[in-house]
Amino acid sequence: MKPFEQVVAEHGPAVLRVCRAVLGPADAEDAWSDTFLAALRAYPELGEDANVEAWLVTIAHRKAIDVVRRASRQATPTDRVPERPSETGRPDDWDGDLWRALAALPPKQRAAVAYHYLTGLPYAEIAAITGGSADAARRAAADGMKALRKNYPVEGELR
Amino acid sequence: MNPLDRLSEVDSSTVARLHARLAAAAERDGLLDVAYRTVDTPVGRLLLAATGAGLVRVAFASQDHDRVLAALADAVSPRVLHAPGRLDDAARQLDEYFAGERTVFDLPLDWQLSHGFRRTVLGHLPDIGYGHTASYAEVALAAGSPKAVRAVGTACATNPLPVVVPCHRVVRSDGTSGGYAGGAEAKHTLLTLEAA
Repeated sequence: MKPFEQVVAEHGPAVLRVCRAVLGPADAEDAWSDTFLAALRAYPELGEDANVEAWLVTIAHRKAIDVVRRASRQATPTDRVPERPSETGRPDDWDGDLWRALAALPPKQRAAVAYHYLTGLPYAEIAAITGGSADAARRAAADGMKALRKNYPVEGELR
Repeated sequence: MNPLDRLSEVDSSTVARLHARLAAAAERDGLLDVAYRTVDTPVGRLLLAATGAGLVRVAFASQDHDRVLAALADAVSPRVLHAPGRLDDAARQLDEYFAGERTVFDLPLDWQLSHGFRRTVLGHLPDIGYGHTASYAEVALAAGSPKAVRAVGTACATNPLPVVVPCHRVVRSDGTSGGYAGGAEAKHTLLTLEAA
């Protein structure tokens, strides 16, 4: 079995992108930390031939739900954007308009978009994580991406 | 272009911050089975690894740190993280040793990677004082098996805690230095340092 350090190095950035897409800038890092701590705990029992990325996304999905529940108990809006300077030094850092466009998606679409487009998980795996059928996951990802392109046009595309 | 490409920048300071947070939480929750770090020394970059019980492995760059970590994941636990904090004391004592300011290591050691006669042999090595050497035959005698000279050589070659457990002080009866896991040059460097 690989040292867990290698799992963090190989999959940490992708799981952070997923957490960002699903939860937004305020809660992404809490979810990432909860995910990797839970993964570290369970890691020795993981099967040798397991799909590590799918396993991590499954944990992240549960942790994201926990974070949202915790946040709603504290009655703070989940679509808030923290006043944090852009770390890339660019005004179009992802945590403003892109997160607002993602936050506007229904949660199932947002999850399907994040899991499919950020990690490349097949729809059957996504369905196993979010519930429902692989076809439903495919539709959720397609509808979500269509809405996202409409609400968040990127440079070079028609507005 | 995919709008999600905007998410793709995960800068190195974010990764480092999250990693440190994970290591701290793992230590707090008792999940940090093997913590490791590296230190730069006159004998090259050394890998230091510790369990909760103590220092479990010291390895030279020539032993391939990635392979050593993979072996630790198999032999001890796959819950292995880069977590320098647990090794601060070991790193400080090694710095002092290489600066010529320390002659004895005072660190908790986890001997789980060494068994049987090899473990017995290694247990005798700290008796060879700083700046002194002993022959393989002398160590075999001290370990209670005067004929096991070759086995002493094997025990030294497979020492999981070189430098700290001073297998470099074991030399051939003819005075030449003999083999060393870190290479002949590293052994020479250590013996020269201690002779100064």
